Amino acid sequence: MQVNENKEFEPVIVAFCCNWCSYAGADLSGTNRLNYPANVKIIRVPCSCRVNPLFILRAFQRGADGVIICGCHPGDCHYTSGNYYARRRITMLFSMLDYLGIERDRTRLEWVSAAEGAKFAKTMNEFVEAVKKLGPNRRLEDLRCKKQ
Amino acid sequence: MLMMSTDKLDELFALIAKNQTLYLPVDTKDATAEFTKWTEGVKYSNALNTVRSAKDFFFPQTEDLVDFKMSGKNIEIIDIRKEAEDFVLFGVRACDAKSFEILDSVYLTEPVDSYYKTRRDHGTVVTMACTRPSETCFCGAFGIDATAPKGDACCYIAGDKLYIEAFTDKGRALVDSVSSLFTEGDTAELEATKAKTKKILAQLPLANLSTEAFGGDKLTELFNSDKWGELSESCLACGTCTFVCPTCQCYDIKDFDTGHGIKRYRCWDSCMYSDFTKMAHGNPRLTQLERFRQRFMHKLVYYPSNNNGEFGCVGCGRCLSKCPISMNIVKVMKALEVK
Amino acid sequence: MQKAIIEKAKQLLADGTVNRVIGWKKGEFAYDSTPAVFESAEELENEFVYDDFTASNVSKYLIKESAKEGKVLVFLKPCDTYSFNQLVKEHRINRENVYVVGIECWGKADIEKIKARGISGIKSITNNEGTLTIETIYGTESIPTYEVMAERCLSCKSKKHVAYDELMGEEGEVIDSNRFDMVAQLENMTSEERYNFWRDQLSKCIRCNACRNVCPACTCEKCIFDNDNSGVANKAPADSFEENMFHIIRAFHVAGRCTDCGECSRVCPQNIPLHLLNRKFIKDINELYGEYQAGEDTESRGPLTAYTEDDCEPSVVHERGVE
Repeated sequence: MQVNENKEFEPVIVAFCCNWCSYAGADLSGTNRLNYPANVKIIRVPCSCRVNPLFILRAFQRGADGVIICGCHPGDCHYTSGNYYARRRITMLFSMLDYLGIERDRTRLEWVSAAEGAKFAKTMNEFVEAVKKLGPNRRLEDLRCKKQ
Repeated sequence: MLMMSTDKLDELFALIAKNQTLYLPVDTKDATAEFTKWTEGVKYSNALNTVRSAKDFFFPQTEDLVDFKMSGKNIEIIDIRKEAEDFVLFGVRACDAKSFEILDSVYLTEPVDSYYKTRRDHGTVVTMACTRPSETCFCGAFGIDATAPKGDACCYIAGDKLYIEAFTDKGRALVDSVSSLFTEGDTAELEATKAKTKKILAQLPLANLSTEAFGGDKLTELFNSDKWGELSESCLACGTCTFVCPTCQCYDIKDFDTGHGIKRYRCWDSCMYSDFTKMAHGNPRLTQLERFRQRFMHKLVYYPSNNNGEFGCVGCGRCLSKCPISMNIVKVMKALEVK
Repeated sequence: MQKAIIEKAKQLLADGTVNRVIGWKKGEFAYDSTPAVFESAEELENEFVYDDFTASNVSKYLIKESAKEGKVLVFLKPCDTYSFNQLVKEHRINRENVYVVGIECWGKADIEKIKARGISGIKSITNNEGTLTIETIYGTESIPTYEVMAERCLSCKSKKHVAYDELMGEEGEVIDSNRFDMVAQLENMTSEERYNFWRDQLSKCIRCNACRNVCPACTCEKCIFDNDNSGVANKAPADSFEENMFHIIRAFHVAGRCTDCGECSRVCPQNIPLHLLNRKFIKDINELYGEYQAGEDTESRGPLTAYTEDDCEPSVVHERGVE
């Protein structure tokens, strides 16, 4: 067994996953024994459209270093059009966060279907790597929530 | 009186800042002034007043009180108070200096507010006499002399000279510590400046504002006045007036869940807000009329009734210039006094 | 202008078209009018004012006023008519109870800009063909009006009234304004520069809620930031995070509905350029989903309550501008 000598920064990632696709996709990647980092904390939502911008901000407040939203591919929404609305809203929010100088690589949206276990694992691996490179979230942190 | 050239202001600040943290009004980028910590190169502002009042230093907008940590069924209470440091608040105007007396009467009478008291004990207030009052000033209506502010020590600027005078032990200690910069001088120029300022004060548009119609004994009459509806009609219910006010003293205590514990803190409250004094059963003030009335009744009736006729306003004029819809205590007073 | 407006109001009151009037009431000084409801010719005659400083957008008061009995007369500047239309579209104003008279506006003066020049002790201000003569106890000053015009008026988007029952004076045009210049400038900064810019600005916030309460697009009965059960309610920005959160969420909630009337920045006691947040959303919407001006009509679907199948992906944010 190898011991990691230099303590690498391990980001906390919150993933909002749609119940009908990416949540099952995460499950599939598990049953297929594909690895994705333990940094990722999944929150199941009924649709990507359920993700209120406050959810994303609150995730950062409570210590997330990156937030990713996963939903059904455009056209495949369980509720017909939820992800289309989500797409516009999330675009607007990400753009605003970028405008306020929050690193743009801390947020991401990806469409992952229930059959794409491999894509789920790959996406999470890439996202964790990207956030790792950025280091801890400093620009959108709540100091009160930091553990001393 | 002790006197020095205003050229030596920076030396004075450097000398004070050597022993204590010094805060003074400094111009901001958008041509207003705010109290700012002095460091080398920071320039004292000649602005009449800061946007936020000086009360922030003794009664900050938010203040952590205590932390709780839960483990199983145990709650650990953590006192987070740290050793307070001494500081000097320089350039406080007469109105703001008076506001401390009002806050003191609330927070230093039993039960004493130890958080407030600690800050008061560690702060030395150095006031600055006014020479260029504005149309929004009406401190005179509340018996405040803008040319002779109180505080622990007071400064006056006349021409290119700065005079300093101490009133309390804290003030005397501060003046002693900087006395090397001062020489004893005559006050003829100072008296002339004061006389000139008094003349200007008498010409101000609000110089004749009367407080006669107000006071603790006018409660029923004023409370039931039919003017409140009209006056409060345009109120947006924002908290601007209460947050720039040097005498507004209401606060709310809240618990913040950090995810791994609880932080109990207090923050300014505003009687303009819909959940002001909201209790388990609901809210005793249902509409903006009642909340609006509360603010002015507090300053002009309730406070004087409990404090020997002293009013709870100091006439600094901040609410006059900052209210988004320009409704303010002067308009309220003038509307109410008409029979 | 003021005289003509008062005459119009008196006439509409007299002939029974309306039974009250919303406008601006004279203040203590030359610049501090308060929005008010007038019910008689006498009140109008003595207290109604319309000048360089009657900047308040009174359309929001119509939510309350149009719910009452009888018809109310309102005088709206061009930019106010956009807010009015948007509120009608959102069914917040009962259109039948309102009689709108569109009035001309050449831009309002900003008293803060006048005071920033060190002018104090103001006794009176008069406008003589574009020059403000300001009498103070310290002397008289003259300033060309455009030098102290409010920021939002310097980048006025339209002199055209988009809603009215009657129009006083000439109808204006939609202006090709430079209102997105500052947004573009910020977009071209590095993310660190932008971060520093906004931290500088938003750290001044005292959470007085003036921006929210004056905003004609903020009409929720109970704001999430006032609702104790929401988990985000607060009366103070207790942490830099809360400063950011409040303003991001507020701007987001009015995105696609904000008409860019600029009231938020006008009323901010700390001079935070809040309109730059709203304009960012407007600019993004224009660029990504097609030109859209909220309040221009009362029918069209808002950009954030609509979609197309080939909308861009959120990754567009990563692909443009400067990191």
